[in-house]
Amino acid sequence: MTEALLTEETPVSSSDNVILSIVDLKKVFIAKLGFFASLRRSPNRIRAVDGVSFEIRRGEIFGLAGESGCGKTTVARTALRLVEPTSGQIIFKGKDVTHVSRNEEARLRPKMQIVFQDPYESINSRFSVFDVVAEGIRINKGLLDVRSDAQISDMVEKAMNVVQLIPPSQFMPRFPHELSGGQRQRVAIARALILQPELIIMDEPVSMLDVSIRAEVLNVMIKLSQEFGISILFITHDLALAKHVTDRLAIMYLGKIVEMGQSAELIDNPLHPYAQALIAAIPVPDPDGRKVKVFAGGEVPSAISIPPGCRFHTRCPYVKELCKTAEPELRLISGEHYVACHYYEEASAAYKNSRYSSN
Amino acid sequence: MQEISQGKISKMPLLEVKDLQMYFSTKEGPVHAVDSISFSLEKGEVIGLAGESGSGKTSIAITLLGLLPANGKIIGGNVLVENKDITKLSEAELSKEIRWKRISLVSQGAMNSLNPVFRVGDQIKESILAHESMDKSRAEDIVKHLLVEVGIPVDRYNSFPHELSGGMKQRSIIAMALALDPEIVIADEPTTALDVIVQAQILVLLRNLQKSKNMAMILITHDLSLVAEMCNKVAIIYAGQIVEYGPASRIFHNPKHPYTIGLIKAFPNIEGKRTRLLSISGSPPDLIHPPQGCRFAPRCPYATAKCTSEMPLLESAEPNHDARCWYASEMHL
Ligand SMILES: Nc1ncnc2c1ncn2[C@@H]1O[C@H](COP(=O)(O)OP(=O)(O)OP(=O)(O)O)[C@@H](O)[C@H]1O
Ligand SMILES: Nc1ncnc2c1ncn2[C@@H]1O[C@H](COP(=O)(O)OP(=O)(O)OP(=O)(O)O)[C@@H](O)[C@H]1O
Ligand code: SF4
Ligand SMILES: [Mg+2]
Ligand SMILES: [Mg+2]
Repeated sequence: MTEALLTEETPVSSSDNVILSIVDLKKVFIAKLGFFASLRRSPNRIRAVDGVSFEIRRGEIFGLAGESGCGKTTVARTALRLVEPTSGQIIFKGKDVTHVSRNEEARLRPKMQIVFQDPYESINSRFSVFDVVAEGIRINKGLLDVRSDAQISDMVEKAMNVVQLIPPSQFMPRFPHELSGGQRQRVAIARALILQPELIIMDEPVSMLDVSIRAEVLNVMIKLSQEFGISILFITHDLALAKHVTDRLAIMYLGKIVEMGQSAELIDNPLHPYAQALIAAIPVPDPDGRKVKVFAGGEVPSAISIPPGCRFHTRCPYVKELCKTAEPELRLISGEHYVACHYYEEASAAYKNSRYSSN
Repeated sequence: MQEISQGKISKMPLLEVKDLQMYFSTKEGPVHAVDSISFSLEKGEVIGLAGESGSGKTSIAITLLGLLPANGKIIGGNVLVENKDITKLSEAELSKEIRWKRISLVSQGAMNSLNPVFRVGDQIKESILAHESMDKSRAEDIVKHLLVEVGIPVDRYNSFPHELSGGMKQRSIIAMALALDPEIVIADEPTTALDVIVQAQILVLLRNLQKSKNMAMILITHDLSLVAEMCNKVAIIYAGQIVEYGPASRIFHNPKHPYTIGLIKAFPNIEGKRTRLLSISGSPPDLIHPPQGCRFAPRCPYATAKCTSEMPLLESAEPNHDARCWYASEMHL
């Protein structure tokens, strides 16, 4: 059934080593209008995710990056069916789960965990840290072969050690409001890890952690994926981090993937003008070094009125007439490197040039 | 008066924090989150408070604005705003005279503090109208202008918070903090949810405001590259204490505390090969039972017997540059 949707160019296969496939996913939100406004005009349609396809392989850490508001969280929430997709398919371990029943969903849930973007919102503030981390085990006791309370405590303690909440005994009785931002973020990670899921979706999981604690936590995640084949969808805006942590990377812009490939290859050799702008804007930890410049200037278009043609054309330095009318498709350029740009060759050449001349 | 005659008036900083101390009481014992913190801030200056998760950065911010939860207690020190100690003010005075108008706070996790039942634009408008009298349409224009400046399309004025992405919420809060032209903005991890391009736009906006209005800023972040981009001065925080304090360029080029050196070395590089991420070995310190000597000693590659028994003071390592390490003068990157 999925095959029918796939063309040669679609970067999705259906082989065994794929844990999650997202096929042509779309999500349109209808923005509420006030009562009077609703008499005057039709409601705004927010095209948050506008045709996204990718797959995550077993044991792979797949990165999703892109502008704030481009639809990353919506992709994650739809993949877990926390929001209904408008169209498209979600395939988990070869099975189409786009429209599974509540029952089946409950069975799948412990295998797919999510670390939400905002640890201030996603952690129940009435639970102690211990209870937050243990909650998943308690709910899924039947499925998990966990018997005693001692066993649960043991698992909680291990998970808290992994995320550097040390000594665990000091943090277990606290409530979320008694933790720092980064400590909350680590509680959220511990809660997801403890169930030993096959797929973890991490939405900006370490944005509040300093380099050192972040490294400790991420090195564990990398180890988990390598040793136990756990797959991770890693949503981040930190491309330097993505380069070291993820295997493959997709860059989104206004609801669509504009570039995708091996992370190191994509970051060293970005083809899409937007990806290039993102990489060029990465700040460096040197006060006398390069100061931030705003590359892709112009106003960020709204997902309510996505520009026709190439959706990046209103901000692109290489824009030509064709870009304003024809939407570029995501095309395979080499190896596993895909790009959606009519003039990527020109952009790529110019980018390389500027890199050399500035060094 | 006396000070004027002595010609000291120009030296009076806008904000001076002196030996501030605060702890949180918990069942397990007091958490010493703010421990003898001192720093000063002039008009137009940007100071970065950088350090590890749980080191006490947010605690400093909420202590100096009098926003402590019930279990937080100030046990010493002063916070002087143009020489007036605001730790002595009542809650009513603080909220009327200081917060928002003179010192505004972009709090960490602020994206979750928007009221879910009101439209974002209206919330910012109401917060302006609550502090300043002007007509509604003028306030609305200010809000629209601010939204555009922080990179939110104007057609989102009417969105509800749940209809915005994480980064959009964060930017609305920044817009709100800037709305009343404060003299000091405390920004606690203001760009964690933003991509680098939007982050750059916000930084440029903040930098312009800082120049044109002489606005001062306390930037709280774990991200050293942000500090490098924005700050004149840096205080590196470890286990509730300042371990290094000085001009940004000195701290980055000639760090004198082993913790700072570790932080700089652990920064992931965009150039070069994919590598294992570096960390500082050992675990974050326990703030209920902090190590008795140097707080960093258990993790420090250079620690000696003296380090584990005696606590070093924050002392000059070179002119204008202080470090809390017994061997600061010998340390280098
Ligand atoms: N429940 C909702 N109702 C209406 N619009 C929504 C809803 N959730 C998200 N949106 C809109 O969908 C778009 C994508 O949002 P999403 O949260 O997926 O972005 P994101 O890429 O995760 O951004 P960020 O990096 O800032 O978190 C945004 O324009 C957002 O305003
Ligand atoms: N209300 C509270 N009760 C008890 N302990 C608290 C409370 N708030 C914070 N703490 C503790 O105080 C210490 C300092 O917390 P703070 O929030 O200031 O850290 P931070 O430097 O801002 O960290 P992050 O970068 O993770 O936000 C932490 O160990 C935290 O667990
Ligand atoms: S298709 Fe055109 S507008 Fe879009 S990124 Fe490429 S050159 Fe720029
Ligand atoms: Mg998001
Ligand atoms: Mg904090």
